[in-house]
Amino acid sequence: MLVIKGGQVYDPINGINGETKDIWIEGGKIVESLGHIPQDVTVIDALGMIVMPGGIDIHAHIAGSKVNTGRKLCPEDHYEHFRMAKGGLRSGVGFTVPTTFLTGYKYAEMGYTTVVEAASAPIVTRHTYEELEDMPILDKAILITLGNNELLMDRIAMGEMDEARDLVAWLLKSAGGYGVKVVNPGGVENWKWGGNVTSWDDEVKYFNLSPRKITKALIKIADELGLPHPVHLHGINLGLPGSDITTAEIIKDACGRLHLCHLQFLSYGKDKKGRMCSGGSYIANLVNEHPNVTLDVGQIVFGNATTMTSDGPLEYRIQKMTGHKWCNDDVECETGGGIVPLEYKITSLSSAIQWITGMELFLLVKDPWSIALTTDHPNAGPFFCYPQIIRLLMDRDYRNYFISLLPPRAFRGSVLKDLDREYSLYEIAIITRAAQAKILGLANKGHLGIGADADVSIYAPENFGKRQCICRFKHCRRALDFPSWVIKGGEVVVKDGVVLNEVPSVVFRVVPSHDESIKDKIREEFEKYYTISFDNYPVQEDYLKNTKEVICG
Amino acid sequence: MLTKAKDVVCTFCGCLCDDIILTLDENRIVRVERACANGMGLFKNYNPDLLSPKIRGKEASWEKAIKEASEILSSAKYPLIYGLSSTSSEAQRVSVKLAEALGASIDSTSSVCHGPTGLAMQFVGEPTCTLGEIKNRADLLIFWGCNPIVSHSRHFARYSVMPKGRFVQDGRKGRKMVVIDVRLTQTARVADVFLQVKPGGDFELLVALKALVKGKSLDAVEAGGISTKVLQELVTDMKACRYGMIFFGMGLTMTKGRDLNVRELFSLVKELNDHTKFSALPMRGHGNVTGADQVMSWLCGYPFAVNFSKGYPRYGPGEFSVVDLLCNKETDALLVLASDPVAHLPSKAVDHIMEIPTIVIDPAESLSAKKATVYFPTAMYGVDCEGTAYRMDGVPLRLKAPMKGNRPSDEEVLEAILEGVRRC
Amino acid sequence: MSKEKNGKEIVCTMISGRTLEQAKEMHSGKNSKSYSEAVGKVYVSPLLLNELGLAEGEKIVLKSSFGRAEARAYVDPGLPHFVVFIPMGPVANLLVGYETEGTGMPSFKGVQVEVCGAC
Repeated sequence: MLVIKGGQVYDPINGINGETKDIWIEGGKIVESLGHIPQDVTVIDALGMIVMPGGIDIHAHIAGSKVNTGRKLCPEDHYEHFRMAKGGLRSGVGFTVPTTFLTGYKYAEMGYTTVVEAASAPIVTRHTYEELEDMPILDKAILITLGNNELLMDRIAMGEMDEARDLVAWLLKSAGGYGVKVVNPGGVENWKWGGNVTSWDDEVKYFNLSPRKITKALIKIADELGLPHPVHLHGINLGLPGSDITTAEIIKDACGRLHLCHLQFLSYGKDKKGRMCSGGSYIANLVNEHPNVTLDVGQIVFGNATTMTSDGPLEYRIQKMTGHKWCNDDVECETGGGIVPLEYKITSLSSAIQWITGMELFLLVKDPWSIALTTDHPNAGPFFCYPQIIRLLMDRDYRNYFISLLPPRAFRGSVLKDLDREYSLYEIAIITRAAQAKILGLANKGHLGIGADADVSIYAPENFGKRQCICRFKHCRRALDFPSWVIKGGEVVVKDGVVLNEVPSVVFRVVPSHDESIKDKIREEFEKYYTISFDNYPVQEDYLKNTKEVICG
Repeated sequence: MLTKAKDVVCTFCGCLCDDIILTLDENRIVRVERACANGMGLFKNYNPDLLSPKIRGKEASWEKAIKEASEILSSAKYPLIYGLSSTSSEAQRVSVKLAEALGASIDSTSSVCHGPTGLAMQFVGEPTCTLGEIKNRADLLIFWGCNPIVSHSRHFARYSVMPKGRFVQDGRKGRKMVVIDVRLTQTARVADVFLQVKPGGDFELLVALKALVKGKSLDAVEAGGISTKVLQELVTDMKACRYGMIFFGMGLTMTKGRDLNVRELFSLVKELNDHTKFSALPMRGHGNVTGADQVMSWLCGYPFAVNFSKGYPRYGPGEFSVVDLLCNKETDALLVLASDPVAHLPSKAVDHIMEIPTIVIDPAESLSAKKATVYFPTAMYGVDCEGTAYRMDGVPLRLKAPMKGNRPSDEEVLEAILEGVRRC
Repeated sequence: MSKEKNGKEIVCTMISGRTLEQAKEMHSGKNSKSYSEAVGKVYVSPLLLNELGLAEGEKIVLKSSFGRAEARAYVDPGLPHFVVFIPMGPVANLLVGYETEGTGMPSFKGVQVEVCGAC
């Protein structure tokens, strides 16, 4: 038994806002207080400290085929950023794309305990599982990419919606997935011929479909299957001026729950002269009007990043723009992928506009329960820079100082300078914990009520700036960093900002009920178009030993 | 009694054909269906009986052998773990853990096959795809410096030249096949077009092609031994195809220019994407050499040639790679995992192997095993032990164990050695 | 070890690589005689064999700046005049370079060799 004594608790799901409260832990869960503290109990003195549920990241690229290609692609990302093997912990390297053990340690050292791998093609999810086995401490979940799945598109095109639904369920089960990821629907399929889509009604070549039809079908299916997490959409025109228009269109058109990921990248306006500007306020207002829609921001962090996405044509465009090295990987019958490393420069007009767009989303979306803090790691910046973003949100003076560093032209059409909102710790606990858990549908995460998983992070405010961020960005200030304690599943894993030991973790997945005959219906097509045997496709039980099913419905 | 195992994965080469049917009789494979000659050999010649380890050629108990191996490794100043490509990724993961614990260097056979491809990728990136995309879409196939009929015998039938795909419904008739090689190989004989490049002329040829793709004219009548007119025709085909593909092999990585050849090839393919869709894929040789790259990348951050002497992974092709470490006589103890350096490395490297204590973990008593100080006969991945392997395009497959396992697996032996090292 | 036949030594480019036979014999074991035979071959163009004054199956001596090897000559009409091919294995490895030029990869292909018949 463990008691966290006397801390200021921020637990928004249970409406607790900084009250002094003891947290009791036993068997990996939060339990009722015994009233008195028995002799043999470990007590953590949290007097003057902030106590929150463990942090949750709803959208990050941490493991699997694409991430690993990113690691291999960028040795220069690793040379100076390493951790030695010590005290039973493993070594690792990497800045924007850390190795697996290092990823687990670094999240934990920030107070995070649950992370969602945002995109894995079903056919390579075995790989994702292998890597997650080597990523200790964190509980995880995998979203599988279905927005360009050919067997699925065939069915949606023919109006066979029952079959489409059974197929989605079977794919989730077979891949050990947690949710449905949709990336540039139809655009990635077209990219396999060198094309793309630019509107929701463009043709998906040879499929008699449009991005709109695919997206709406999947939103409906996710709803019918009762998935805990709605469709997780990376829409069309990502990164382009004018993407705010297409984003607005799908927000208005979505009938059903929809999560829009790294929305910053899809909220750029175009002024009358065709120049890029922030569309953050426009999109934030729309989100405010649509309670069925949630988002994570994908905030830019100035410095190095590695862009990696299933949106193949996007990475091709970034490569053409930057001339940097470029990986592309078209995945048979399912999806695509691309990687380009780049740097967001504080002096660059477009980087500054991207930064402003994200900040506007944060500050103008009214309901913190509908917004999650992410950097779309490592696309807009590495995850360990979250404390910098938290500081920017909580500290208007720091934000204004930051704003003064940006090129003034970047503020054309922006309202950011006029915004004086400051996030409270309670709101920060929502966008980094509570809302993330709610949007994901993880009932035992993101709060400290009785029965919740005992994932707790404890911070001493005086330590917020204690760790110099490895980003070496001289204007980096941090908040909610350097946890004094992190408890995962009831075990202490971090003390004084440093990981002590590894603890077991699980991968959440769903097994929606479906008509098993879908297997017979697709077997023949599968064997015609795929290059592996149908029976070898589902992720075998051997990889699913440490998984936990979350019930649909 | 006869039993059948279906959808078995053959681990001989990077194709990882997963449609093999085995017939077993009392834990002996009596019939192999669908496999190529190489795959046939892998399954048919395998005897899963438990064998004793050997210390200096003499049979010894497992305990003794583990103790001996652990002592060799922990007393070494500069140990090297080498091989990795013919075992499961589970075993590869343990080998990295062992290297970390020892402060050793670790390198896979990548460094003597597609290591230069990895280096090239780190400079310019790699536009690629999985094999199914080729089956479904590719109408132009270029095989450059590789001979799949010999090295990847079912590649044509399953993935590239022959199959009917979603958008290439005519199979072979729907695809044009070009071979570029220094010799008229068996693969070249079945091509629609064969371009015989002069030895060492690949880089020149690639640069010329890239110039032509960019619309520049060549101030030469030939490049790499091939006439400009022929090259122009090839470039026309390249730009006109719907989905083009270059498969390349050691004809580029082992010859003059090495990584520079592949860099130029990836750049060419990148350039072609301004005109049509084009991808490239290295023909990875060993069954799980792709897995070795993957595992080392996710654990070390680098695909091969890693050194742990400072307690964290450092990357050093040309420094921490097997040929360099051995030829410079730096290595003072060698652990070979599922590979045969004595048969496949330059003789100067082999000479040094003969001088130092070696530990070999391999299902078969290879030339390296014959010379080993300690030899562990282990189970064969995908035959009598399970695991994961990555196909040449990165698609991971579960390896079944169609035969009952009597021998310990590679990872069990590695774990035991790791335990032993910790106790030393 | 055989001695070099008197006569001219012809400069060629040596490449090594996989052959079906080498792969097959690998399965029967690298300690077998058939493996040694499979990797103890050198393939030459018909013209070169003729110039060396040899018949198929006779021994050739090959020398590179890295070493010396002997192998039995066989004809591969697909080879250019001055290119010789040796299956990957211990014989080829006597000739290949070990300089990796900072890449880890020695020159398994494209090694300059002098060839002549053996007596």
